[in-house]
Amino acid sequence: MHLEPRTNRYMPLVIAAPILAILVAMALCSILIIWSGSSVFEAYALLFKGALGSKFAISETLTRTTPLILTGLAAAVAFRAKLWNIGGEGQFYIGACAATLIGTGTLDWPPYLLVPALFIAGALAGGLLLLVPTFLKTQLKVDEVVTTLLLNFIVLLFVNYLVFGPWKDPMAMGWPQAEPIIDAGLLGKLIPRTRLHAGLLIALLSGVGAWALTKFSVWGYEIRAVGANQKGAEFSGIPVNRAVIRTALISGGLAGMAGVSELCGLKGYLTLDLSPGFGYTGIVVAMLAGLNPLGVILSAFFVAVVYNGADSMSRALSVSNYIADVITATALLTVLVSMLLTRYRIRWR
Amino acid sequence: MPDLLDMILTTGFWVATLRMATPLIFGTLGELVCERSGVLNLGIEGIMTVGSMAGWMWVYQGGSLWGGVLFAAFVGALFGLLHSLLTVYLGLSQHVTGLGITMLASALCYFVFRMLLPNVTTPPKIVPFEPFALPLLSKIPVIGDTIFVQSPLTWLALLLVIFISYTLFATPLGLAVRMVGENPLAAEAQGINVHLLRTGAVVFGSALMAVGGTYLTLSAFDAFYIGMVNGRGWICVALVVFASWKPGKALLGTILFATFDALQMRVQQQARTAIPYQFYLMAPYVMSILALIIMSRRAAYPKALLIPFRRGER
Repeated sequence: MHLEPRTNRYMPLVIAAPILAILVAMALCSILIIWSGSSVFEAYALLFKGALGSKFAISETLTRTTPLILTGLAAAVAFRAKLWNIGGEGQFYIGACAATLIGTGTLDWPPYLLVPALFIAGALAGGLLLLVPTFLKTQLKVDEVVTTLLLNFIVLLFVNYLVFGPWKDPMAMGWPQAEPIIDAGLLGKLIPRTRLHAGLLIALLSGVGAWALTKFSVWGYEIRAVGANQKGAEFSGIPVNRAVIRTALISGGLAGMAGVSELCGLKGYLTLDLSPGFGYTGIVVAMLAGLNPLGVILSAFFVAVVYNGADSMSRALSVSNYIADVITATALLTVLVSMLLTRYRIRWR
Repeated sequence: MPDLLDMILTTGFWVATLRMATPLIFGTLGELVCERSGVLNLGIEGIMTVGSMAGWMWVYQGGSLWGGVLFAAFVGALFGLLHSLLTVYLGLSQHVTGLGITMLASALCYFVFRMLLPNVTTPPKIVPFEPFALPLLSKIPVIGDTIFVQSPLTWLALLLVIFISYTLFATPLGLAVRMVGENPLAAEAQGINVHLLRTGAVVFGSALMAVGGTYLTLSAFDAFYIGMVNGRGWICVALVVFASWKPGKALLGTILFATFDALQMRVQQQARTAIPYQFYLMAPYVMSILALIIMSRRAAYPKALLIPFRRGER
């Protein structure tokens, strides 16, 4: 068996490939649903109904889409420059920490100043955190995959220390959580009596902004060159290290903003369950979108549908809600294969 | 610092060290074999997780302990096979595929665990491995009955270091594995099937990772918890760089690592209030990053690592 490059890429195939891949992933996962003794059709019907079946369900799904857009963008811009930032989870939490630091009463500003300040602080914290492994990569050639991954564990332990120690809210009846963000720092609701908050608008704007930046800015051009061929970019005079460091600031910043958005839009205070792995899921979101910032918005919505739908489906059927993780992980792998097949054809001899 | 010396000189300390080192030895050796053949396997964290569950479940369902180890190895090998199909034959990005394998393996593992045991609140327990006393050596007074009495899996790990070191550097098979990791084109010119050999290395390495995982549930503890591997896989990836891709150094690295880890635990127990415990728990991750930084200058990666081999392309 070997692969033969396709001479011309058939556009409808390129667009259909990820959708087909997701269908294949869902077909594969139906084996597990059958094994658990439920009807496949009923399970998937319940899944989509649970995620999209009512106004409230849609608002919940969009609430979950919000952080996934931001962490997905964080992974997408970094991966485009071949900067393997797997530290989204840590940057998410350090962003939330920074917002907690200045948002719990330290700054007594009106909302129109405080909310932007919180997001800037979170973005800075996330970006600076990613700068550490990025510098180690550019200066000492230390592989950033492992360092960003390990930093996630370090940051989570640090947050654990903060919410059990110096930042513990004495009014929280002993629960390990920090003091709440003051009212001026909270994001408004988009729809009354739902949990959907203005963070979604910030996420959508970030998506469009990231798309415009990668498409039209000098930095966008540079990271495309670096991502395509680092040596070539270097030879043609592109300041590779500078481009990578800018990428790190933007990528880490986006993940940090995801933390602020969840903190100020949803939870209101820093806890250890602020993120159920949004940083890691962001990687899947980015890959499903083919690293396209606008595609990230769609794929974040799809992943949110799967997770929210699986939660409600598992309440009705005897299928564990871990099926959502299995579906998204399988979809990641099938989408990778499908994108390869748009560029190569398989020859069996 | 006399306290510190006393601590290190107790045999109990070294027993704890070897116990902590064992899963890392398996994982590091497994990753090392994969990377020597030119394939980065970031599936390690998930494969260790799935191994810890598979072995435990085998024993929980009434199988033998060694059967559990074999079953874990088999399941790990299956995920290794998937990783090599995607990265070796299809040439997909080893970074992204590996992360995908980790996500898929852990998700499947938790799903299966929940489906097989839907109504448990406290994790059920099994009877783990009894420590195995080496004949003669364990009769040495004072140290013999502690240092030379270890879990059989620990002895297996130590034997594997010798076996893999010998195979890699003293057999034609080992030479071929290193060759496809350094210069696959030259290997192919010698009539070596690059894809097959890489697949073999990844499958074997993944089986080892899974055995490292199952050591946690069959020997170190007696139950399976969600999230119990807790970054050990990523630490192994760092340790492979620290070991310069050599099995002997990998053993040294894991022991050194486990020594510091055991030491921080003892210090933590003694000086309870001085530093919050979370900072002690950070130590293994900080040490792994430091190990990477220290070795970064001298790191001689296998030259074909991360580069897919496609016949007819160069």
